[in-house]
Amino acid sequence: MTKLSSLISGIIFGFGLTISEMVNPQKVLGFLNIFDAWDPSLIFVMIGAILIFSPLHFIFKRNSRPFFAKFFIIPSNKDIDKNLILGASLFGIGWGLVGFCPGPAISAISFSNTNVYLFVLFMFIGFFLGNIFQTKKHFI
Amino acid sequence: MNIINFTPLSALTGGLLIGFAVFLFFIFNGRLAGVSSVASDSILKSSNRIDNLLFLLGLIIGPILYSLSGNEIESVLTNSLPLIIIGGLLVGVGTKIANGCTSGHGVCGVSRFSIRSIVATISFILTGVVTVLIFGV
Repeated sequence: MTKLSSLISGIIFGFGLTISEMVNPQKVLGFLNIFDAWDPSLIFVMIGAILIFSPLHFIFKRNSRPFFAKFFIIPSNKDIDKNLILGASLFGIGWGLVGFCPGPAISAISFSNTNVYLFVLFMFIGFFLGNIFQTKKHFI
Repeated sequence: MNIINFTPLSALTGGLLIGFAVFLFFIFNGRLAGVSSVASDSILKSSNRIDNLLFLLGLIIGPILYSLSGNEIESVLTNSLPLIIIGGLLVGVGTKIANGCTSGHGVCGVSRFSIRSIVATISFILTGVVTVLIFGV
C-alpha cells in the first residue's frame, strides 16, 4: 500500500510544482534575483506548503501511527555543523547557477529536454560523491 | 529592486498542493518527503526503493497531468552545458552532505520548527542569491 501512497504523493507534489511554475528554472532564478528584478513567488510556494503540512503533521504525529507503516521516521539530528552549512551552501550555488533544485529537476524530466536529463544525471552523480564524502567523514 | 512576474495565487495554490502531498506521504508512509533524500536513497539504499522510485515517477507524471488539463507551462534552461553539469553536481553533492533540499529542509524541516533546517534554508537561499548576483539570471 505504501507504493500507491508514494505514487499519489509524488503526482500531487509534481502537479503543485507545475501550477506554481517551479519546474521553470527562470521562475526560480527570478526569486533569487532579489537585488534586480525580483519575483517573490517562490516564497509563497513555501508558505503554502508549510501552512498545510506544519499544523496537520503536529496533529497526526501526536495521536496516531502512519496508516501503512509502523512508525513515523523523523530526523533526530539537531546538529548545526560544518557539513550542514557546507552542503547547503554548495547546493545554493548550484541552485543559483541553473535554477533547479531536486524536485523541480526531476519533474522537468517530463518536458523531454536533454539539458534537463543532463542536469538530473549529474545531480545523481553528485549524490554518489556526497555519500562518499559523508562515509569517509565517519572514519576520520 | 523592482518586482516582476509575481504570481502569488498560482504560487500559493501550488504550495498548498505540495504541502498536502508531503502530508499524505507522512501519514501513510510515515516518512518526510524530502526529494533529495527520496532520490538519493533510491540509488544508495535498498530499503523502500520501490516507494522512492514511485514517488519520483509521480513527480514526472505531475506536469504531464497538468498539461492534459489544457494548460501550458514551460521549463527553460539557458545555461551552457558545462554550467548545467557543474550545477547538477553541486545540487547533488550539496543536498547529500546537508541531508536535505528545498523540500526536506525548506518545507518539512521548517514545518517542524527544526533550527537545523531553518539554518540550512537560510544558507542555501543566501548562497543562491549571491550566485545570481554574481553570475546573473
